[in-house]
Amino acid sequence: MYDIAIIGAGVIGAFIARELARYELNIVLIDKENDVSNGASKANSAIIHAGYDAKLGTNMAKFNSLGNPMFDKVCEELDVEFKRTGSFVVGFDDADMETIKELYQRGLDNEIEGLEIIDGDKVREMEPNLNDTIKGALYAPTCGIISPWELTIALAENAADNGVEILLNNEVVDIKKIELGYKIITNKREIDSKYVINCAGVYADKVNDMVSKDSFIITPRKGQYFVLDKSVGDFVNTVVFQCPSKVGKGILIAPTIHGNLLLGPDAEDIEDKDDVSTASENLEYIKEIAKNSSSSVPVSKVITTYSGLRSEVSTGDFIIGEAKDAKGFINVAGIKSPGLSSSPAIAEYVVDIMKGITGELKEKSDFNPRRRRVIRFNNLGDEEKAELIKKDPSFGRIICRCESVTEGEIVDIIRRNAGATTVDGVKRRARPGTGRCQGGFCGPRIVEILARELNKDMDEIVKDREGSYILIGNTNKGKK
Amino acid sequence: MEYDIVVIGGGPAGLAAAVEAKKSGVDSILVIERDRELGGILQQCIHNGFGLHVFKEELTGPEYAERFVDKIRELNIEYKLDTMVLNITEDKIVSAMNSKDGLINIKARAVILSMGCRERTRGAINIPGTRPSGIFTAGTAQRYINMEGYMVGKKIFILGSGDIGLIMARRLTLEGAEVIGVAELMPYSGGLTRNIIQCLHDYNIPLFLSHTITRIDGRDRIEGIVLSEVDENKRPIIGTEKYFECDTLLLSVGLIPENELSKSANLKLDNITGGPIVNESMETTVEGIFACGNVVHVHDLVDYVSEEGSRAGKNAAKYVLEGLGRVERIINTKLGKGIRYIVPQVIRLENIDNSITLFMRSDDVYSDVIMNIKLDEEVIKRIKKRTLTPGEMERVNIDMSLLKDNIAETLVVELDRGEE
Repeated sequence: MYDIAIIGAGVIGAFIARELARYELNIVLIDKENDVSNGASKANSAIIHAGYDAKLGTNMAKFNSLGNPMFDKVCEELDVEFKRTGSFVVGFDDADMETIKELYQRGLDNEIEGLEIIDGDKVREMEPNLNDTIKGALYAPTCGIISPWELTIALAENAADNGVEILLNNEVVDIKKIELGYKIITNKREIDSKYVINCAGVYADKVNDMVSKDSFIITPRKGQYFVLDKSVGDFVNTVVFQCPSKVGKGILIAPTIHGNLLLGPDAEDIEDKDDVSTASENLEYIKEIAKNSSSSVPVSKVITTYSGLRSEVSTGDFIIGEAKDAKGFINVAGIKSPGLSSSPAIAEYVVDIMKGITGELKEKSDFNPRRRRVIRFNNLGDEEKAELIKKDPSFGRIICRCESVTEGEIVDIIRRNAGATTVDGVKRRARPGTGRCQGGFCGPRIVEILARELNKDMDEIVKDREGSYILIGNTNKGKK
Repeated sequence: MEYDIVVIGGGPAGLAAAVEAKKSGVDSILVIERDRELGGILQQCIHNGFGLHVFKEELTGPEYAERFVDKIRELNIEYKLDTMVLNITEDKIVSAMNSKDGLINIKARAVILSMGCRERTRGAINIPGTRPSGIFTAGTAQRYINMEGYMVGKKIFILGSGDIGLIMARRLTLEGAEVIGVAELMPYSGGLTRNIIQCLHDYNIPLFLSHTITRIDGRDRIEGIVLSEVDENKRPIIGTEKYFECDTLLLSVGLIPENELSKSANLKLDNITGGPIVNESMETTVEGIFACGNVVHVHDLVDYVSEEGSRAGKNAAKYVLEGLGRVERIINTKLGKGIRYIVPQVIRLENIDNSITLFMRSDDVYSDVIMNIKLDEEVIKRIKKRTLTPGEMERVNIDMSLLKDNIAETLVVELDRGEE
């Protein structure tokens, strides 16, 4: 019997797991996917919003403004790259400037620091590649960029380091009330737990309906993106949003923490909660609208595209709290944007909820908020590099040429808690295959290293989900 | 560490360059290769047809490579395997790394770049849809099958009719897979005619010209693709969609010279070839840094890669031993009608012994045309061409006697319908 079962190993579930791991609790973190961070947490705008956007009084406003300042500490503890770049919301006409004034006021209401309305010349002084048509902008210096999946993986790893059990490839199909709590039935097994925390992302409504009559509906809202080559990663230095208007919500141009450039997203309500396909019309639309901010945006340098789903909830605001008709079942649902930015504050709040339900929780004496440092070979100085290779020669072997990733780094991320077991899992943790050749050279090498480290055959290695096999066995004259 | 010549890349270009440099009298040569063996991509090209020009016989890729590897050993040329070059400076300091030596800085008097090229990917051509497994570049699939001994799928569709895609259509068929079609965006194939015949026609594999893939389906493994016809502007024509079920998609949609290191050394690159601008000696815009093979422009025959490698090796040796003539008269090559690119871009007459070979490609398919070689406005050579296609590289020899007494500044190659 677990004390707490958390359903969904996205950024919210992993953050809550890590915060609850501070206490004497027996916790399991369950996900239907083959890796942590495989839903909305891996496919979004990768931005820590300043917090001016949501209306005062909403959960979104509250947790965003509380969450944003918490990132410096948690990223330092978990060795996750994070950078406060600042952001612009650019406006093109008087109507936009009115909206910008409203956003500024909302920001003041939410007590966001450093907000400033600046004119077009100042915008272009700071971002010379932006268009002359920009009339002015709201500048928010506290906006930051992050790798959202790296944060999620780090949280899961740190949770596991502190005793949380992670159960992947387990899709929750039903939950039954039992005397002491709940029986969670997955496609693979049954799990008894005193308390359940529902962080199931776009599926949170389905999971809620397994125990509660108090329904809500989550509609997946799809957003598509372009990733551009690192050679144009410094096209802008700040996150450039467009002013939301009658015509649309605008498209952002943003640097990524890894030095690429990001364009997107559009917004499209869809039915299928698993549909992360991209489509030409949407991608063309994004290119076109991005050009409003900068007509010279280098769209020819695209290296890949992706799409992600936001959890649009029928109540319009984050749902966080114990279900009225299901004691010990806590929903953390409808965590759409700014969910990532709100995640540290949401996790703290959920810990408080748990304390409210169970009474004071007993703190562990040996909780370690830090995880072992991640080796980013390319960022080291020459002496450190030389020393590392002397200690472990596998750091002298470069596997991914585009991103200069060494074998040593790949082996390290496979061997960690919540470590990589798939080609995409390796890619998300150590970046081989994210460069301009997209794994053309390093793909077979990654498969080989995974097979060796996991003691499997190469044809047992998958790209991402359980069914995403890469090889179908030996050739007629192949080995064996 | 110091060497007279450092060759970056131990594929066909680099090996030929090292061999020729040694034969020309330079002893201190180091070849740096990032893979576990010499030979480059030839090692995974187990089909035959290599060496017809250089050796006058048909060899497989590994056999062809072996001829050069043997010479490297015979001539006692040093090489480092599993070693990655990280940076090259304009002063010819080469920084490299491997597990044995760690980080090393090598001072070279001359550097020969022969890093080859890489394949364009799905991202580069923006095919929308899902992102399942089972999508490979043709070269990656070739590596899995021919070097690792693993099959990549059973029912295959191939996008792009470049040579690797065509070769893989045959290879997969021979391995027991069903290749259901090859699609090509252009109205003509990007590969050699002989490969169209030997790899597609001989196995009844359909080729869809002026087609592209407009959607990829499948959540875990690819399940199918939508193929659409394209109009003259290469835009998909709505209403022409055809669905093909397949578990594998190979992409053979072009090669890009691998010039990250060239950028670190501040070489000027040619926008069209994607490789460094070179002169008659295969020297780049930085003195003493030479380049050859697919890093300069993508070749279709390895024989020509070796030939270009030899030229770079010979001239690098000359540079080290006696120096190259610098600036007397410079002739720049210029693209005339119908010509997509010419290599070399710069010709300095005093460095040419008897003749100069120009490599070039046409920008479209032409038949029965005349290729005019002009110095400024004056035609110095006319060559009749039965057919020209962008998929087949043209090689033109120009005798020194035609160049030397002329004071022209540009050498133009153009295609003429031949009305006269």
